[in-house]
Amino acid sequence: MGELTELLDITQPGVSKHLRVLREAGLVRVRKDAQRRWYELNPEPLAEIEAWLQPYRRLIEARYERLDQLLNELQHEENDDEQD
Amino acid sequence: MSKINLVAEPGSYEIRTSREFNAPRALVFKALTDPALVAKWWGLKSTKTEIVQMEAKPGGLWRYIERDDNGEYAFRGVYHSVSPEQIVYTFEFEGMPGHVCMSTTTLEENNGKTTLTESSVFQSVEDRDGMLQSGMEEGATESWDSLEELLQSMQ
Repeated sequence: MGELTELLDITQPGVSKHLRVLREAGLVRVRKDAQRRWYELNPEPLAEIEAWLQPYRRLIEARYERLDQLLNELQHEENDDEQD
Repeated sequence: MSKINLVAEPGSYEIRTSREFNAPRALVFKALTDPALVAKWWGLKSTKTEIVQMEAKPGGLWRYIERDDNGEYAFRGVYHSVSPEQIVYTFEFEGMPGHVCMSTTTLEENNGKTTLTESSVFQSVEDRDGMLQSGMEEGATESWDSLEELLQSMQ
């Protein structure tokens, strides 16, 4: 936690508070030894969210990919027209 | 890495997506409001999209039908405001009448590129979540097709 306080340039209570929120959300895990608390990322909940969003993401991604291709074609046509 | 930014907060009625396009805003606006152009990108790759009606002006109606071997799916709505900066319209799948969402499409141009942001607000969290899961089958198929295209272009 000391390392985080230095890295993030916020106070130790501030770091504690953020870590508590992340821990309650299941996004970090804590391991205690005699002197220190070690925090590590727990990526599983993020992977769950990503899996849940995946169907819609793919749908929109594919749709916007087609729009992107169409915009490219239209711009090429415009350029060709200018050259004529 | 995904090209789109997708936000759906827990317990919220909203889905927000955004993506940057390498084209000026006027052209993106045209692709969004010209029926002949919308027919080319809006529908799924596995379906054929018919633009039955589309009047991109305040109070104008739109209705699209998507057809594939299994049947047809119709969508409709009303435009509330239309300008090159912002389009506000409603969206409803005719298979679930009464479940209407309101979408705001915002177009921002920067150095010749345009960021399209779409915010869709549903009537309930359930409706919002239903929409998020509705792309399941189609979305998966689409992505495999896209992957195939990508792989072919790399050969």
